[in-house]
Amino acid sequence: MSYPVEQNEKFAKYAHPERLVSTEWLAAALEGGALSDGKLVVVESDEDVLLYETGHIPGAVKIDWHTDLNDEVTRDYVDGAGFAALAAAKGISRDSTVVIYGDKSNWWAAYALWVFTLFGHEDVRLLDGGRDKWIAEGRELTTDVPQPAAGDYPVVERNDAPIRAFKEDVLAHLGKPLIDVRSPEEYTGQRTHMPAYPEEGALRGGHIPTAASIPWARAAAEDGSYRTREELEALYLGEAGLQEGDEVVAYCRIGERSSHTWFALKYLLGFQNVRNYDGSWTEWGNAVRVPIVKGAERGSVPASAN
Amino acid sequence: MSTNTLPAALAEIVDDFQALSEPERLQLLLEFSRGLPELPERLLDHPELLEQVVECQSPLFLTIEQERKDDGAPGYRLFFKAPPEAPTTRGFAGVLHEGLDGLTAAEILAVPDDMPELLGLTRAITPLRMRGMTAMLGRIKRKVTAAERLQS
Repeated sequence: MSYPVEQNEKFAKYAHPERLVSTEWLAAALEGGALSDGKLVVVESDEDVLLYETGHIPGAVKIDWHTDLNDEVTRDYVDGAGFAALAAAKGISRDSTVVIYGDKSNWWAAYALWVFTLFGHEDVRLLDGGRDKWIAEGRELTTDVPQPAAGDYPVVERNDAPIRAFKEDVLAHLGKPLIDVRSPEEYTGQRTHMPAYPEEGALRGGHIPTAASIPWARAAAEDGSYRTREELEALYLGEAGLQEGDEVVAYCRIGERSSHTWFALKYLLGFQNVRNYDGSWTEWGNAVRVPIVKGAERGSVPASAN
Repeated sequence: MSTNTLPAALAEIVDDFQALSEPERLQLLLEFSRGLPELPERLLDHPELLEQVVECQSPLFLTIEQERKDDGAPGYRLFFKAPPEAPTTRGFAGVLHEGLDGLTAAEILAVPDDMPELLGLTRAITPLRMRGMTAMLGRIKRKVTAAERLQS
């Protein structure tokens, strides 16, 4: 039912090669008219709400993380009806193969993919290297906005538990591995800011006790694609000290950068139980009575925390 | 909110935005991003003359220059640099450029700090980005204030 999975040497080493496609693969699929029947849908998802309009992969539709995927009043994602309406409007059916790409090494694309996964969309893949790699290779762009035929998408209730952690879940998780994917300055709590410049939305700087600091972009190569399996293992098994079978929670500021790491841990390294804590530092750094650690050390779990 | 302390050009831009639906506003912002002038050569060769507005999520650099006029108060020229892959940031720089370039200190300093909110983009654009826009305006006003102080 879904589109054929790409076979190549790099992807074959990953735990779930079916979650990635290369720019070559996508270009060939487009060339072959893959978008004509809605079986394959290409989605661009960027940090900048206007970037798609400046030029995008021919036939790609846009999904904006802020206006399309977030609920307007509750700090949460859209519900089943909202997601079904969005998907249908973008020409996506429940059995469509969706390929998502975006700017900044797929930072926001991975976030969109994670939200698709909350709704159990079965075949959703990332374009390895994203928008920047596509452009760097001189591939075609257009400003034409497609008008796809409506997709057929059922109302599916979101299933948060397997891949999404809430604050209470993280408190209960303390003692098991956490990955903090923010910059070293955010991790240590030594944010650099000049007088009269506002701090960025959190009362305290630091990290969740015992979290390992692996900034998200270290999982990406210079061309924006994911690093090889060996390199990712050196990073997460070596440096962060994760072990096979570990339950892991990743977090950042609002859960977008950590989606990129969540993808690497879950689909490229094959950790079964990886959750993204989307409340992240904007919640933890402001929450009452939760412990934090300042400085470069991971710290330990306070006895009273859980 | 009223636009009556805004300079005429900026007030007109605000009116244009307010008359539109949200998707059209984004489209107009895109047009402003395309209309942002390139830096003159003397600044292109001297990036150290520009200051980065760190609150912007994308790299945005700006500077001002005083322009002597034969009559009346001196005006200020505004210069911005933002990459094409940051159209929202560029778009707002374009709004400020078209709305404020060449005006006097008094006119620029009279612009309310929350002017970006008048564009009606607060739903479509994230709070962090809106703050980047506000910071851009704040930086311009601070630089103008500092330049005026040197004068007196």
